[in-house]
Amino acid sequence: MKPKALVFSGYGLNCEEETKYGFELAGGTADIIHINDLIGGRVKLSDYQILAVPGGFSYGDDTGSGNAYANKLRNHLWQDFLRFIKQDKLIIGICNGFQILVNLGLLPALNKDYGRRTVALMPNDSARYTVRFVDLKVENNKSPWVKGIDTLSIPIAHGEGKFYADKEILRELNKKKLVAFRYFNGQACKYQNFEANPNGSLEDIAGVTDETGRILGLMPHPERALFFTQMPNWPLLANQYRRLGKKIPQEAPGLKIFRNAVNYFQ
Amino acid sequence: MISRIEIRSRVFDARAEVRKRKFLDSGFAGKLKDIYIVDVYTLEKKLSPIQLNKIASMFCNPVTQEVSILDPKSKRKSKDNKFSWAIEIGYLPGVTDNIAATAKESIVDLLKVKFLPKEGVYTSQITFIDGDLISSDAEQIAESLYNPIIQRCHIKNYQEYIRGNGMDFVVPKVKLSQIPEIVKVNLDVSDGELIKIGKEGIANNDGTRRGPLALSLSFMKAIQTHFKKLGRKPTDIELESIAQTWSEHCKHTIFADPIDEIRQGLFKKYIKGATDEIRKKKSAKGRSASGGDFCVSVFKDNSGAIEFDDDYLITHKVETHNSPSALDPFGGSITGIVGVNRDTIGFGLGAKPVANFYGFCFADHRVDMPLYKGANYTQKMLSSRRIMDGVIEGVNAGGNQSGIPTPSGFVYFDERYRGKPLVFVGTVGLIPKKIKGKSSYTKKARNRDYIVMIGGRVGKDGIHGATFSSEAMDSGSPSTAVQIGDPITQKKLSDAIVKEAREMDLYHSITDNGAGGLSCSVAEMAKESGGCIVDLDKVPLKYPGLEPWEIWVSESQERMTLAIPKKNWKKFEDLMKRRGVEANVIGKFTDSKKCQIYFRGQKIMDLGMDFLHYGLPQRNLTSSYTKAINDEPGFTEEKNLNRQFTEMLSRLNLGSFAFISQQYDHMVQSSLILGPLQGRGRVNAEVTVLKPVLNSNRGIVMSYGLYPSYSDINTYHMAASSIDTAIRNAVSVGVDPNAIALLDNFCWCSSDDPERLGQLKRAAKACYDLSTVFETPFISGKDSMFNDFKGYDRSGKSIKISIPPTLLISSLGVVDDITKVVSLDVKFPGDLVYILGDTYMELGGSEYFSLISEKQRNNSIGNNVPKVNPRKNKKLYTDFYKSIKKQLISSSISINRGGLGIALAKMAIGGELGLDIRLNNLPGLVRRNDFALFSESQGRIVVTVLPKNKNIFEKLMRGNSFALIGKVIKEPKMIIRGLKGGEIINTGLKKIQDAYTSTFKGY
Repeated sequence: MKPKALVFSGYGLNCEEETKYGFELAGGTADIIHINDLIGGRVKLSDYQILAVPGGFSYGDDTGSGNAYANKLRNHLWQDFLRFIKQDKLIIGICNGFQILVNLGLLPALNKDYGRRTVALMPNDSARYTVRFVDLKVENNKSPWVKGIDTLSIPIAHGEGKFYADKEILRELNKKKLVAFRYFNGQACKYQNFEANPNGSLEDIAGVTDETGRILGLMPHPERALFFTQMPNWPLLANQYRRLGKKIPQEAPGLKIFRNAVNYFQ
Repeated sequence: MISRIEIRSRVFDARAEVRKRKFLDSGFAGKLKDIYIVDVYTLEKKLSPIQLNKIASMFCNPVTQEVSILDPKSKRKSKDNKFSWAIEIGYLPGVTDNIAATAKESIVDLLKVKFLPKEGVYTSQITFIDGDLISSDAEQIAESLYNPIIQRCHIKNYQEYIRGNGMDFVVPKVKLSQIPEIVKVNLDVSDGELIKIGKEGIANNDGTRRGPLALSLSFMKAIQTHFKKLGRKPTDIELESIAQTWSEHCKHTIFADPIDEIRQGLFKKYIKGATDEIRKKKSAKGRSASGGDFCVSVFKDNSGAIEFDDDYLITHKVETHNSPSALDPFGGSITGIVGVNRDTIGFGLGAKPVANFYGFCFADHRVDMPLYKGANYTQKMLSSRRIMDGVIEGVNAGGNQSGIPTPSGFVYFDERYRGKPLVFVGTVGLIPKKIKGKSSYTKKARNRDYIVMIGGRVGKDGIHGATFSSEAMDSGSPSTAVQIGDPITQKKLSDAIVKEAREMDLYHSITDNGAGGLSCSVAEMAKESGGCIVDLDKVPLKYPGLEPWEIWVSESQERMTLAIPKKNWKKFEDLMKRRGVEANVIGKFTDSKKCQIYFRGQKIMDLGMDFLHYGLPQRNLTSSYTKAINDEPGFTEEKNLNRQFTEMLSRLNLGSFAFISQQYDHMVQSSLILGPLQGRGRVNAEVTVLKPVLNSNRGIVMSYGLYPSYSDINTYHMAASSIDTAIRNAVSVGVDPNAIALLDNFCWCSSDDPERLGQLKRAAKACYDLSTVFETPFISGKDSMFNDFKGYDRSGKSIKISIPPTLLISSLGVVDDITKVVSLDVKFPGDLVYILGDTYMELGGSEYFSLISEKQRNNSIGNNVPKVNPRKNKKLYTDFYKSIKKQLISSSISINRGGLGIALAKMAIGGELGLDIRLNNLPGLVRRNDFALFSESQGRIVVTVLPKNKNIFEKLMRGNSFALIGKVIKEPKMIIRGLKGGEIINTGLKKIQDAYTSTFKGY
């Protein structure tokens, strides 16, 4: 049976449709569910195998990015979340979703202390919203989300994506191999002469997991790199393929993450 | 009970650092040492210490921040770092405070408490500054941090701060003490008094005036006669309502009224007339055939719509928000972009916004030239740098927070935008043709339907916006015309309508509450049913005490009006509740032929629908026309043009503005295919391609054309060039020239001056002439006719600054297969470079002559403005499209402002490859090398082609003017040999790149 993903919506989240499409393209099924329909009991978290908190601008970043939405989840759905986490299921937070999971204390949840805030996503060093492609190097190979992936070029779009944690926390993250992605100077950066780290993140951290590896949070957007024609250099590549008499590819690297999630249940 | 929760960063704060750098750059280097920022929540509510602690820890991020909770009596702990000045900025009473609204919602959710009407949450921010700064320095810094129209500022030095135990406890609550009353306005007065009422507004009891009705004497007389016939005086709300409905902003009288020999007016003859004619011609070819009629809903709804594919329509609408942006740049532009989104949500039964467009016309922000609205140096205008920064940031916040990609746009600079900037904002939407088996683009409010207002609440913000923008800006311009946007409130509304309620078939009609507020939206929808009854007591308010007329005309943002049959109301109300969207029944649509309003049980408005909508008298406009004769810049050609080349590339109007593109999210919705920054060198493209349906490879292409500098020579050719450019840009990436629709946005000045009307008439005629030949119908348009500033300059002298007549033509096209579109960057060494189209010595109004005349310190902009031959160009574009379909083109760019030289530079920068170009066989007629490089002749495209495809490409292009002019080379160099073979440009690519990116470096 195809695994079912629940994609959160409401209050300014805005990447739910393409996130849903990512799961579907990967062979899963997905429903977009408004947070109030969970709070109101119309829909149950337990009916799903995957939870996705997508990107967006929940509450306009007021009172800190991801903070207000996280508070709402904590006030109403905390027990449901804890039950979900105990099962062999997957959770992903992308961009604003990552900020929400971090504020909720679901990431990195050192020593499985779910609920304690230990890392933060701060304003970019430029103090400005930034949209561009980045290259990610996968470090943690334990997490099902990143299985078989070495590097990944996908875009970012955020104003508050600088990963911050105290020294001890950083040390723990490294020791327990909870850093999922680091920014590095790869294909996309070389193509458009970008610096590897787009926002000043400490130790170039772009994404982390919890200790089970089943909860992943990352600032970049895999759902914005599903199709070949979304890559910044696709017109050049397409011309190269044509000149070699080859067909142009269909996919872009972001799809791998969704595929990993779907395959985990098959 | 008042408490302050103050939150500061414990770690490096990028916001403070960036602010510090900005001050260091603006003259405080050496004096200013450090800055830190504290965010403040002021709570007016009885709360226990435990509750306050809970709130504080909710707002404070323990990883990076620390928090203090203060009440007026608490002794402050000395957590503050060293500082010399503290500047606190908060909002004025009644100004939208989004963070406070979220904070309040979070508190309610956390503590399960209620806020009483007198209780509230307010936010502010303290900037602590350390350095050797005297009080005038602190004031100067403060001035750059806030806008007195919407914000308050309080400065304390260190001693004052310590003595006062920190900053003061300020609660900016709206206090409206007056008891609402209905004023009957006596119109049985002299013409002089009628003029005064029309210009300055209805008189209050204390003799002050309420602000412009923008009703001319002839309009006032028509109203006078009407009420004489009725045998009564109009109420204030009736007069205000008529003023809104009849405003230039809503009725577009200048385009509608007879002008000279054109009895049906400019719009009907030249704009709609063109569309009607084109549609007739295209219909003959059949709807689905190439070249068939693709228009679906034009000039009648909030946006125009064309076919996208068998299942979907795409809509487009472009608006301006000029006057509000001059007063409050951030608020003006955010409400502009979020407002035009509602023109999409308000199309048919609700289209989904899929792309934003922006266009900003500013004065050079590097020049400091103070302007004052009032005499004696009063009512100082914001500097052009502040206006630029604020406008850019407003669209950033509005677009990004709404989750709508903003891939396409431009900035354009001219000194004459110093008094009033132009802020164009547009939105493309997507809607299924059929929803639940019914047409999605027809709608009709029916008799007995509930009138339902959803979204935000009504306050004093945005009163007289519609009438204000119908006039020149001067000292009487109302500050209440300013609004601040709340994108998240609108996002909730938009999602609830477009993604849910629409599919549930719950309402008959929907429209946007924009200019004129309820007075326009309800009265407009009431046309569909034939009347309405409204109960103003049912309209939810932000704070009590508004006058009924204010409730009716307020332009408070993020609201829409729907017609909902009674049987669906409960279902609709339930859905909106679950989505956090406020919805209220405020009346009923009727077929009484009357627009009636009640307030506290009393009927306060009773106007015939006929008079309200069609009672305005037509004026006969007359125009005159004087041919402009400008000086020619006499100067000799230089042999080597390297310097001119890089100077051109670093012009404000030609250089990169990647700093804007990069902060506007263009990838959200996962639809971006091409643009805004293309190639390795990230060149600002003038065309964007999107794929709005996730599982389809069909694409939307958006572009534009705009040449205000040509207006000084000839507005006909200005308009013709804008149209040709908007079309050519779309064609250059691979759109079928038969599948392009256009939008017109006229921004004119002094439109009561016959000369300006003469220029307008010629521009409108060009719209007709060009679009009918190209068969590119206009589907939507808007105008803003009085972009003049009247005030005082730095020497106290009275001045008037009028913008150059500006016409923005936007283009919208559809491509079958986005994998075949072509980007502008050159891709392979060895590829052949072709120019398509003729080059003439058409440099009148060009960027090159601007450069020269600036150097000569005169105004010799020349006279030979580019002229368009639409028949010739249409053939060229059609043949070029065939070669794109055959995938013969590797890269392509339309030659626009700055000419061939700039186009070549962008291609090379984009591909990070060199070009070796020879101009000896350049098609057309040019006698000078600099003219060959910088002429702005229309109808030209540069392309690169794989050498193997040379013959087949040339065969396809036969019968057109075109020439092989060079090839792409591996060496990073730009080499151009002139008309006679001599080298005119030989420079490294790096130099060109640096020049191109120099203008906004560090922004």
